[in-house]
Amino acid sequence: MSSLIEGRTGKWEVVIGLETHAQIIAKSKLFSGAATAFGAEPNTQVSPIDAAFPGMLPVINRHCVEQAVKTGLGLDAEINRESVFARKNYFYPDLPAGYQISQYELPIVGRGKLTLDMPDGSTREVGITRLHLEQDAGKSLHDQHPTQTYVDLNRAGIGLMEIVSEPDLRSAEEAGIYVRKLRSILRYLGTCDGNMEEGSLRCDCNVSVRRLGEPLGTRCEIKNLNSVRFVMQAIEVEARRQIELIEAGGAVEQQTRLFDSARGETRPMRSKEHAHDYRYFPDPDLLPLVLDEAWIEALRAQLPELPDAKKARFVAEYGLRPEDTDVLVAERATAEYFERVARSNGKSRDAKAAAYWVIGDLFGALNKQGRGIEEAPITPEQLGALLDLIADGTISGRIAKDVFAEMIETGIDAAAIVEKKGLRQMSDTGAIEAAVDAALAAHPAQVAQYHANPKVLGFFVGQVMKATGGKANPALVNELLKRKLVQSS
Amino acid sequence: MSRLTELTIAEARTGLGAKQFSARELAEAYIAAMERARPLNAYITETPEIALDMAAASDARIAKGETRPLDGIPIAVKDLFCTKGVLTTAASHILDGFHPPYESAVTEKLWQAGAVMLGKTNLDEFAMGSSTTTSYHKPTENPWRKPGDNRPLVPGGSSGGSAAAVASHAALGATGTDTGGSIRQPASFCGIVGLKPTYGRCSRWGVVAYASSLDHPGPIARNVRDAAILLGAMAGHDPRDSTSAALPVPDFEKALTGNVRGLRIGLPKEYRADGMPAEIEALWQQGAQWLREAGAEPVEVSLPMTKYALAAYYIIAPAEASSNLARYDGVKYGLRVAGDSLDEMYELTRAEGFGAEVKRRVLIGTYVLSAGYYDAYYLKAQKVRALIARDFAAAFENVDCLLTPTAPSAAFAIGEKQNDPIAMYLNDVFTVPANLVGLPALSVPAGLSADGLPLGLQIVGRAFNEEMVLRVGDVLERAAQFTHRPSFIAGER
Repeated sequence: MSSLIEGRTGKWEVVIGLETHAQIIAKSKLFSGAATAFGAEPNTQVSPIDAAFPGMLPVINRHCVEQAVKTGLGLDAEINRESVFARKNYFYPDLPAGYQISQYELPIVGRGKLTLDMPDGSTREVGITRLHLEQDAGKSLHDQHPTQTYVDLNRAGIGLMEIVSEPDLRSAEEAGIYVRKLRSILRYLGTCDGNMEEGSLRCDCNVSVRRLGEPLGTRCEIKNLNSVRFVMQAIEVEARRQIELIEAGGAVEQQTRLFDSARGETRPMRSKEHAHDYRYFPDPDLLPLVLDEAWIEALRAQLPELPDAKKARFVAEYGLRPEDTDVLVAERATAEYFERVARSNGKSRDAKAAAYWVIGDLFGALNKQGRGIEEAPITPEQLGALLDLIADGTISGRIAKDVFAEMIETGIDAAAIVEKKGLRQMSDTGAIEAAVDAALAAHPAQVAQYHANPKVLGFFVGQVMKATGGKANPALVNELLKRKLVQSS
Repeated sequence: MSRLTELTIAEARTGLGAKQFSARELAEAYIAAMERARPLNAYITETPEIALDMAAASDARIAKGETRPLDGIPIAVKDLFCTKGVLTTAASHILDGFHPPYESAVTEKLWQAGAVMLGKTNLDEFAMGSSTTTSYHKPTENPWRKPGDNRPLVPGGSSGGSAAAVASHAALGATGTDTGGSIRQPASFCGIVGLKPTYGRCSRWGVVAYASSLDHPGPIARNVRDAAILLGAMAGHDPRDSTSAALPVPDFEKALTGNVRGLRIGLPKEYRADGMPAEIEALWQQGAQWLREAGAEPVEVSLPMTKYALAAYYIIAPAEASSNLARYDGVKYGLRVAGDSLDEMYELTRAEGFGAEVKRRVLIGTYVLSAGYYDAYYLKAQKVRALIARDFAAAFENVDCLLTPTAPSAAFAIGEKQNDPIAMYLNDVFTVPANLVGLPALSVPAGLSADGLPLGLQIVGRAFNEEMVLRVGDVLERAAQFTHRPSFIAGER
């Protein structure tokens, strides 16, 4: 997909690589037993290990290792049988030890890939360079005191997976799709909740520009973007900045930058004299992490069906269009909901209709209520039962919309609503025929027009439906009207 | 009961069991000795109330017949071990007022075994030194002096406070830590026994870190049997230390069979370094002769990489230290010197909080890990370390243990090598290789120098074979019959 940026002097290609920090779903921290719940009172979830008290030692949390391996498997990546924790040294008050335990030369997960689902239904593969485990830092609170900074260490030591992509992305849009897809996979795996507002998923974007066919340009890293929208905006803004700089005769300097969403600009984070030399070296407090082959295979066997596989299956099994499928498989809960609408209570329903109802009506209603699919007011079985009423001719598709609206409001079953309100479709040919005859008799002028303008059929359908309170079987109405109009005109 | 402070741990254990005296009486005798020993400055913090409480608990258990292995044994703790609620300084200004909310794994085990805490002993700041002169709390003096010379001598280091306390009978035993010789060299300088166990044998959890891959907690005692008894209580797997070995703890005392018949004892020829004093060389040969007479077979072995060990050590240890000491930043605990900015607070706090030797090692360590120098220094040193390990592995294919001198000299005067760091670092030349490889090593007092100061011999064994090291050390100790006493004894005469 070509998405070049038009500069003053020609077209430019943007080259993007992402480093995504995904907070691991785990009850305790990466190297201590302290809790990880979000939103606790400051400094209440801190062990002496997290606060780097003298003599305290890290012990790896087995569950976090399992989560990283699962994620690696989900990204179709190499799992390294031996990996090494290293110390990344720098001073900052929210980094209590003066170093972050991370992985450097030997990460737990090596090369993998992620498939982007493009809006036109095509796909594009992006390389994953590596995934490594590391500790999160605490939080510096600058707004609690006029002259001093407070430190909250609740987050310090929580396990993160840093997932690094190859510089394979070529537009802000692709970067957005990448982040959404990664988030989707993490949520399927249950290894990260993907909650960007709470900071569970954060992105650093490496952006450079080049004229087509030229070697890679100098990159800048934009740190700590906490929404897909900001990722896309920041890339857009940074690419423009670099193009304008080069076109004005300047050169891009390799820098770490921050995105100011209010001003819509990026700016340098620290000056050169503060550039860090992290002095990475293997952490002598931790032995190399050695993974057992059988253990990895057991994890592989437990993996859920992931979005790509689900998408392929939905297309093959239900005959859905790939571009319709993306939205169904993005969230595991949506996909499961859809499948239960399509198949439940021993019935196999029209899958396209099921997809249409879920994507269209259900999503619309949920959006209006500001709810997620997990909090949907009706069960997929209830929606399936509504589809059954349409399929067996009990109600028309139009009446079904009204019934659905009422179901969403009240949570009552479709059949009960149809009974209570007498919405059962009129399929009695005699009664419909009487209504048709009455309508034709009442509008002779329109009858006369039919030959020249067959569209008056729609007018008569409307008249008949009005007369029958919308309950007449639309197919029968159409059929009778056509026959009689041909006869009369 | 008189002369309680003359007893060994084994004898005190027997006396307590036979109710010849109480744990309280033993504790009181040592509390008095600790007070008399104040001129040595062996202790940073004395904890007599804790000692009496612990002794009372021991007496209660003994009375009920529930005696534990170390019940009532008064010991000193190097002030590098965190002790719950008790000031822990690492002999540094930067830990001012630090009272840990936890107890180190090793001291916890000792108290569980019934040992009685007398106090916290002095050391080189953050265990960086071979003389106990870099302490923020002033140097410790060796209880030994040269006959006819009244100049105070260093007790060695870094566990110099523990060694001086044990040698002067101001503690019945003590904990130490050994990163490059810090248990064995002070034991040698003070005429007592020091054991550096295998890396992973004693948990490092709760021990203020100097160089994590080289730090070994271990016992200091007045004889080999006491060291074996203490080690038995200190050792054991600790899941809180990822480098702790999941191995059972043998009964180390049982290893003291007195029989070394048929054992092959390696004498590394490279240790016959240029400039080794003749009296050290002579003592070494004497040691080999004693073992030969006991039925062992001394043989020459080669450890060709020996000459690089000290250089590798003085890269790896500072590298790890520079990172381990980054946490002392004035933010969370200990000293803070306020500044106008964050950077200034860091600078002022660390400038005031750390002494010269610590600063020197933090700077060296930062340098060898920095971009562009890592490969040339740190990585190269790690390669040397691997080669040294290979040397030892090859040697141990032919011998059961090694015999070497512990240190290249006897104790020197306080201030003597203060302005010559290299001369100071050379103290560790015989002890450092065992740290780089993590092997168990024991120093046993074997004789006196021409100046009348104690000299030790070192026995190095295979990994996790402390039993062999203790067995040979015990035989050496019996042969050497080292009964000389320091000029200063704090215990009852």
